[in-house]
Amino acid sequence: MSDTLIWLVAIPLAGALTTLLLPRIADAVVMAAGLATAIAAGTLLYGVGTQGAMIYEIGGWSAGLGIALRADGLSALLLMMIALVMLPASVYSRTYFSKAAERARFWPLWLLLWTALNALLLSGDLFNLYVTLELLGLGAVALAALGGGRAAVEAALRYLLVGLLGSMMFLAGVSLIYAGYGTLDMTALARIVEPGPVAGTALAMMTAGLLLKSALFPLHFWLPPAHGSAPAPVSAVLSALVVKAAFYLVLRLWLEVFADAVTPAAANLLGVLGAGAVLWGSWRALRAERLKLLAAYSTVAQLGYLFLFFPLLQALPPGPARELAVGGLVLLALTHGFAKAGLFLAIGIVQHHSGHDTIRELDGTAQRLPATTFAMALGGVALIGLPPSGAFLGKWQLLAGAVATGQWLWAAVTLIGSLLAAAYIFRVLGHAFGHQAYPNRAVTVASEEWPALLLTTMAAVVLGLAGAPVWRLLENGL
Amino acid sequence: MLTAQLLYALTGCLIMALGLRTALLHASLLRRVVAINVMGTGVFMILLAIAYRGPELAPDPVPHALVLTGIVVAVSATALALALARRLNAEHADE
Amino acid sequence: MNWDAWLPLAIVASSLLPGLVIFFMREGSHGLRTVLNLTGAVLKLVLVGVMIWGVFHEHVYETRWTLAPGLDLVLHADTLSVLFVTLSTVLWLVTTVYAIGYLENAPHRSRFFGFFSLCVSATVGLALAGNMFTFVIFYELLTLATYPLVAHRGTPEAVRGARIYLAYTLGGGAVLLLGAVWLQVIAGPVTFVEGGILDRLPVEVHPQLRVIFLLMLIGLGVKAALVPLHGWLPQAMVAPAPVSALLHAVAVVKAGAFGIVRLVYDVYGVHFAGQLGLLAVLGTAAAITIIYGSVMALFQDNLKKRLAYSTVSQVSYIALGTAILGPLGTIGGVVHLVHQGVMKITMFFSAGNYAETLGIHKVSEMNGVGRRMPATTLAFSVAALGMIGIPPVAGFVSKWYLGLGAIEAGMAGWVMPVLIASSVLNAAYFLPILYRAWFRTAAPAWPAEHIAAGRFETSGSLLWPPVVTAMLALAAGLFAAAPYSPLEWAILIAQREYAL
Repeated sequence: MSDTLIWLVAIPLAGALTTLLLPRIADAVVMAAGLATAIAAGTLLYGVGTQGAMIYEIGGWSAGLGIALRADGLSALLLMMIALVMLPASVYSRTYFSKAAERARFWPLWLLLWTALNALLLSGDLFNLYVTLELLGLGAVALAALGGGRAAVEAALRYLLVGLLGSMMFLAGVSLIYAGYGTLDMTALARIVEPGPVAGTALAMMTAGLLLKSALFPLHFWLPPAHGSAPAPVSAVLSALVVKAAFYLVLRLWLEVFADAVTPAAANLLGVLGAGAVLWGSWRALRAERLKLLAAYSTVAQLGYLFLFFPLLQALPPGPARELAVGGLVLLALTHGFAKAGLFLAIGIVQHHSGHDTIRELDGTAQRLPATTFAMALGGVALIGLPPSGAFLGKWQLLAGAVATGQWLWAAVTLIGSLLAAAYIFRVLGHAFGHQAYPNRAVTVASEEWPALLLTTMAAVVLGLAGAPVWRLLENGL
Repeated sequence: MLTAQLLYALTGCLIMALGLRTALLHASLLRRVVAINVMGTGVFMILLAIAYRGPELAPDPVPHALVLTGIVVAVSATALALALARRLNAEHADE
Repeated sequence: MNWDAWLPLAIVASSLLPGLVIFFMREGSHGLRTVLNLTGAVLKLVLVGVMIWGVFHEHVYETRWTLAPGLDLVLHADTLSVLFVTLSTVLWLVTTVYAIGYLENAPHRSRFFGFFSLCVSATVGLALAGNMFTFVIFYELLTLATYPLVAHRGTPEAVRGARIYLAYTLGGGAVLLLGAVWLQVIAGPVTFVEGGILDRLPVEVHPQLRVIFLLMLIGLGVKAALVPLHGWLPQAMVAPAPVSALLHAVAVVKAGAFGIVRLVYDVYGVHFAGQLGLLAVLGTAAAITIIYGSVMALFQDNLKKRLAYSTVSQVSYIALGTAILGPLGTIGGVVHLVHQGVMKITMFFSAGNYAETLGIHKVSEMNGVGRRMPATTLAFSVAALGMIGIPPVAGFVSKWYLGLGAIEAGMAGWVMPVLIASSVLNAAYFLPILYRAWFRTAAPAWPAEHIAAGRFETSGSLLWPPVVTAMLALAAGLFAAAPYSPLEWAILIAQREYAL
């Protein structure tokens, strides 16, 4: 069973190499690799759910000298999310990139990205995290530059430089930790880290680097341009998965490795930045002229919600209330992943259909593509945090935690953010009502619209109604 | 007491800080890429300093492995950055 | 199969599933769509009938699904939910028939009927909600399902009206959510229990409970159109007539009022609420709304707008009844849930008929319409008389009990003037309409006449619904003492609430 850990890294990697060497069968290879990875992720989730956390030591070298892959409830859930997002997005990409030459360049990078994501989530020690983080960054940058044209390359280059800066700071923090404690294994560190200047400085440096990579306000400036020119599937994974991976690292570091070293002031700082992200991101999304920029700023805002949890988790003593909050946080992250991916795929369909994604001129397109519009609506519902989406449950926990600890500011920010999100989502959806004749068939381009619908339905309905196991799974870990 | 180890570590920090400053402040693309590389070198120096375990023991191999990996990563990243910069130049030249 | 656990879910599903299917149907297939719609409606009616019988005999029907630790989705049938579910189901059936006729040859019917069904599913789910968490979920779902209906016509005014509607209802929803979360943090899962569950909490939290009540009252008051949160209602008149009928008689406005009833009776408990001084707040808000709505209605020439303000006023009778401590007041308020629904829907159906058949939108255009469309105008008249409170139409029964309840509770001093004043105002803005319709001669030509096929004044599916609901309004008043009448059911609810 613990073999699934290495399969999750090996399969997409092998797929990436195969598609690079044999471009003619690339489409089939991608589908096969994707399916296999998804099955492995599912098996892992089931395994973690029944047996608890799992470890796989590569090459048989034990932790300390060797590289250990580790999976607990949190990583298993995120791995499943990644697989369930990448698979429909792969189907979508087959149609989106109509020319075989485009696909031949796309698939290797795509699968490499998947490999990096999986490896990052499975890493058990800090240095492996650094390597996979870099791999992720390089893959994402290359994909973002695929859009071609000056804007895309510029945005990709900015993303790369920002990412490198972040990675360097992260590495500096890692070195400091090694200097102070002599080990890089995360579980071991969780036991021995004490509050003090070493831990504090290391945490600060690593967090600073990760905040750059997860686009937390005010370090989010690279995200909207990168999205604006990237192809739709790339935007989808960038917003839904890549920045989520960086956030996952912040979560691991703050809640597990450095749990004893975190101070309320530091947690509050993250909360304040998160609040800034929610308000600023939502405001910019409201003023956005293009759908892609709206979605990009929405990502900035949604990540802010995730960071709002930190002051709450700091203030809640360990116990059921804290576990509820953590579960809410994870569910919110999962929902956003699916919703944002589906939204970007839908925006891609709109762009293909009408050649642009300007919101003001959306009328005809929105009405001629009912399935796409419905997908956007479902995604929007999940982003606003309305029931029955998983985000509603997450926000409930956020509000409950804020009320319970008396931190009313975060509650107010959450509600205002939701209302702003409603404003910018319904601004778009208003264009779906007009005078164009209803097309006879609801679904126009099946292979593009069904993935979008599937992803947004996951976010808006499935995670909300079937989200209870998340809490149970997280008991085996954080 | 200013031992050799401490000296190396402090120098590493200084180099890192210099690299960081240039990366943040200067606009020129090539400068930024070089600055980030310099930053990386600073971090590697810190790691080297950490590896020293005294005159009797051999240095700790783990930080050395980290430095080697780090160099590889930095080289690949720089290559990508330069490739993109070249592409950008080409786009500029076309206009 | 354990029926008791499945019945509430089945009632919600009986409109949800057809609705989802209808979304994907082609525009042209009206036959199949009509069959789906009506099958769902009839099936729901049958299931509700089973539920009525069961609840009367103290069966427990409950569907429970855990969404998160401590957060259960619960659909539970008690006397109050049965009242609202029955109202929704019966009126949905009637409105579906009406809508099929009204929207003949209109575009986007699949989308309309899809959201229509979702709207009813949300309403029924809200009625069956067994705890505050579930209620909040369906409350928001109702907002989502009704927005596309308000915006349906797609004109700039429609989109704008829908946006205003959304701003109000989502804002209210956010406030309600805050209150609900806060309450759950203090008191644990807030299950709806007759007599309320909050009186057992320690005295230190009483100030918080007061604030929570206010928050939730604001949240619920938006949908229930309590002044000054009522601004969306006149704007939402841009919706097609079946939507206005549904929104104002059954779904949205009633959901808010129903929520207030639940809040006072099954969360706080009416005695505890009185103790905390909250009934006075509610009563004041209700009284202000009743008078304000009626006064504003006087000045409206647009028929639907006049009916909208009348709704603002009338729904607050329910809140008023809730604010009166004592079983008689409760009975008056609760039974008005049903009575107002049936009467108002009749009036909106009639207004829709006037607009569709004769192009009439304004009261000033209604001269002599009684001669041209006698059945519709007769239905309208019956409902109007009921609104004013003239026996034997149902509205009289509600007002009678409200008055009695006020006297019993010692609040006659300010409730009676409000009741009398509003009845006078109702007369002032309804009687002139009746006078115009029956006794004035018609203008030479109607604004936009469509001669209906057949010998009736308008097409069958537009004609029968208002006639049926008018007869129901009359029957609810005449046969108020019969078993299973709305009044008897309200008495049952009051008995269980006050543990008599």
